[in-house]
Amino acid sequence: MLTLDDVTVSKGTFQLRANLQVPPGLTAVIGPSGGGKSTLLAAIAGFGPTVTGRVIWDGDDLSGKEPGQRPVTMLFQDHNLFPHLTIAQNVGLALAPRLKLSVKQSAQVDAVLTDVGLPGLGGRKPAALSGGQIGRAALARCLLSDRPVVLLDEAFAALGPALRAEMLTLVRDRMAQQGRTVIMVTHDPNDARSFADQVLFVAEGVAHPPLKAAAFFYDPSPAAQSYLG
Amino acid sequence: MKNLFSSLGLSSVGAILCASTAIAQTPTLNVLTYDSFTSEWGPGPAIEAAFEAECACDLVFTGAGDGAALLARLQLEGTRTDADIVLGLDTNLTAAARDTGLFAPHGVTADLTLPVAWDDDTFLPFDWGYLAFVANKDTPAVASFRALADSDLKIVIQDPRSSTPGLGLLMWVYASEGYAAPQIWADLADNIVTVTPGWTEAYNLFLEGEADAVLSYTTSPAYHLIAEEDDSKTSWGFDAGNYLQVEVAAKLAGTDQPALADQFMAFITSPGFQDVIPETNWMYPATDVSLPGGFDTLTVPSKGLLLSSQDAADLRDDLVETWRAALSQ
Amino acid sequence: MARSAVAIIRSLPAWLTAALVLALTLGTLLAVALRAEVGRGLSAGDWSAIRFTVLQAAASAIASVILAIPVARALARRQFRGRGALVMLLGAPFILPVIVAVLGLLAVFGRGGLLNAGLLALGVAPISIYGAGGVVLAHVFFNLPLAVRLILQGWLSIPAERFRLAAQLNAPIWRVLELPMLARHAPGALLVIFLICLTSFAVALTLGGGPRATTVELAIWQAIRFDFDLGRAALLACVQFALCAMAALVAWRITPLNGFGSGLDRTVARWDQSRWDWVWLLLVTLFLVLPLAMILWRGVPSLPDLGPDIYRAAGRSVLVALAATTLTLAGALALSLRGGVLVALVGSLPLAASALVMGTGLFLLVFPFVNPVTVALPVTVGVNAVMAMPFALRLLSPAVADIRSDYGPLAANLALGSWATLRLVILPRLRKPLSFAAGLTMALSIGDLGVVALFATPAQETLPLAMYRLMGAYRMDAAAGAAVLLLFMALGAFWICDSRGQGDADAG
Repeated sequence: MLTLDDVTVSKGTFQLRANLQVPPGLTAVIGPSGGGKSTLLAAIAGFGPTVTGRVIWDGDDLSGKEPGQRPVTMLFQDHNLFPHLTIAQNVGLALAPRLKLSVKQSAQVDAVLTDVGLPGLGGRKPAALSGGQIGRAALARCLLSDRPVVLLDEAFAALGPALRAEMLTLVRDRMAQQGRTVIMVTHDPNDARSFADQVLFVAEGVAHPPLKAAAFFYDPSPAAQSYLG
Repeated sequence: MKNLFSSLGLSSVGAILCASTAIAQTPTLNVLTYDSFTSEWGPGPAIEAAFEAECACDLVFTGAGDGAALLARLQLEGTRTDADIVLGLDTNLTAAARDTGLFAPHGVTADLTLPVAWDDDTFLPFDWGYLAFVANKDTPAVASFRALADSDLKIVIQDPRSSTPGLGLLMWVYASEGYAAPQIWADLADNIVTVTPGWTEAYNLFLEGEADAVLSYTTSPAYHLIAEEDDSKTSWGFDAGNYLQVEVAAKLAGTDQPALADQFMAFITSPGFQDVIPETNWMYPATDVSLPGGFDTLTVPSKGLLLSSQDAADLRDDLVETWRAALSQ
Repeated sequence: MARSAVAIIRSLPAWLTAALVLALTLGTLLAVALRAEVGRGLSAGDWSAIRFTVLQAAASAIASVILAIPVARALARRQFRGRGALVMLLGAPFILPVIVAVLGLLAVFGRGGLLNAGLLALGVAPISIYGAGGVVLAHVFFNLPLAVRLILQGWLSIPAERFRLAAQLNAPIWRVLELPMLARHAPGALLVIFLICLTSFAVALTLGGGPRATTVELAIWQAIRFDFDLGRAALLACVQFALCAMAALVAWRITPLNGFGSGLDRTVARWDQSRWDWVWLLLVTLFLVLPLAMILWRGVPSLPDLGPDIYRAAGRSVLVALAATTLTLAGALALSLRGGVLVALVGSLPLAASALVMGTGLFLLVFPFVNPVTVALPVTVGVNAVMAMPFALRLLSPAVADIRSDYGPLAANLALGSWATLRLVILPRLRKPLSFAAGLTMALSIGDLGVVALFATPAQETLPLAMYRLMGAYRMDAAAGAAVLLLFMALGAFWICDSRGQGDADAG
């Protein structure tokens, strides 16, 4: 269980407060622009902004830990693959940060690439792939990573509806349903409606505790109501 | 710094050590001189061979820029210098050199062929030349600074603050014109195309056609004549005389090879040294040795002018300031 | 505790580099000052030298940058065959030894040069290059290419989408996009060129026409070589550093350190091209290429006659350049990775250093321990490396910052660690600026006469020194040949290094 215990994140004059728990499964983070969605993810991943309060994973206080030391793997809006490394190398980074892969690990990389529908493309570089393929390769790396918390910061925002649905299905089936805690920022409430187990609403500097998706959409709070329109 | 440089320099130091063990039996005489003396076309190689043939020693020339750099180098090194002999100062620098107290009397008596009397017991001339404006033969010659200033001729000179011939020119104008010198400089201003940091730049500008004449030596045309078979260059003798540049050598008082140093000082006035000078240093030898063909065609000025080294030292700052003021108008 | 120890070890190379740069710039100055006896202080002549130095440097910087603007704009929006070659050729004057470049310029603009021959044929009175105008002309010749590169970089930093937007709105591109860009990039270019011209010595003197054109560097020369007044030399060197510091302060208030040079091989798609582009490109090409062509024309016939000593000197130059380049790249990379105030310091100190004070100070530092002659080449390596550091730093530092901002979060999230990040992310992505910096450092080092002249015996001659000594021994033809060899080597080294970085690391 991921716990944000009385957390305040300051970024310039902007402040985000969060006092909540995120259960395993797929949690969608929605809310108006500038409300603090990305800031919330950055605080969990350990990037940048000042944090007071504690971020706790399974009783372990993460505050002060470097991003790489946290049980978190993350996909950003862009720059998710190193363009000068091959797809296999990019994915392999999840297993061996120094890129010295054993035979077994190479086999794992090949397998996960097949799983996401990129069989045989491991030798290519990102520039030779389409946008959807790049998204799947990045996702493959997250799949291979053994870290229990997965953060998706509008990672599929640039994809068309069909591709996005395909990605979200992969996320749900291969991550959320395997017991990982997936937190996904999205602009499209329909993504949340169709795929998420919980919805975490962020607006005006406050991150509200997640609600069951069905409950959130059935009876939105006044603030959520005005956002959903 | 020390560690950095010693580790970087390790290989070259190693090479030097190997070299010096090989010749440990023979004593070494270190001569500090200016760059062009030691170059493969300079007098250095021939003189080294001639002296080593009679001294059973190793003669090592070390080059350090030009004549002025030589003195600065010596002043930096002070009494800790490795040099036994310094070769290549000129009379504009000898007063300052004497003041360092680093030098010992040379003890050499020789028949010098300088156009002026020489009785310095510390600094021994090894060659000399007349400063002169060098031009193409088809350029109308002038015979005085006044005539030059009144003409439309374009000249290139060297800066007296960074070059020895440039400084010599100040002495020349002063020695021949006296109190009229400031006016001469003011009138020369429109003849001077530019002032260069050193002889090299000035002579190149002249050869590239940027000026009608350049401040150099009466012996410069000999190079073109002998080495390039080009007789188109000449130099101008002035009625009031041309200034002399006398290049001298001196023995360091702190030498660890006094006998060898004395032997080399004596060698300087011998034919083994003097014969090499005309066609390598392109200057006149200091003693009476026969000159190569071609030197007889050179302009011989009516008179050689030379201020005493003490006068040159005393006057220098004033002359430079006068020159600067006149040309800055 | 453990973390801070690691942090110290990580930034150790950066500190070592900064220490080397400080030792060679301010350290040598201190060595000279400490050795000084009571001198006579600054004279009236020195003050007018300071005034002239600042004025000519300012005029040269302004002229270079103003002329660079239309040229950079033309290069930014025109694609044509040979554009890459032109951009590279534009770099040539920057790496030429001063005397070679001056002779090339005179062959075009001098009394007997092409321009005056042309004017004479037209019946127009000849012009004289000598004087303040000549000094600025020569400095523009040296620095215009640098200014073009710096400003072209600015143009290419404007995203293509903005040009599209401006074109669609029919907005004035110059006011909306280009002026703001120039306001950010021009001050940096002005500063670099101002600093380079501040320490000018031979250019200013040779073309200046007389003592009016006295620079501080010449005053330092005189103080050391003729007066042996080390106190005054140190004082003047301090003045030079102070001028540099003031200029740097002014410029950094306006603009951050900006990069230059690499990745200039693309153009921006635009809808506002002008015929004047071709005129500017033609003019600048003629201005830069004609003098180079004259150097070639003069020197190529002598190339076959060059003796083995010249080739040995050339070999020595290459070795020195290779060593200096390794040192520069390692140091600049370490500093770029660390960032902060050290980058700013190291990025400008060497530009303001007086070569003669540096040489003299090194001599004083080295002399008590070893014979300076024996370390002439290592000392040259160190000095060349330090002198090229500002340029390498300006190339690498912004590139490292970009990579950090693009891929830093990903690398951190993947827990790559600092060595793996360096090996897997930063070095591969830095290939272009690294190659360009290597080429520039190689070329600068090969072309630099520099400090070796104060130390070297014939056995340690580098090619520029050998060329200079040929000239000093009346052997102008051989020297012209050596100059061509020098030009080929410097450009060749640049081209070899730079083209290694041109392959696309992200392709395939």
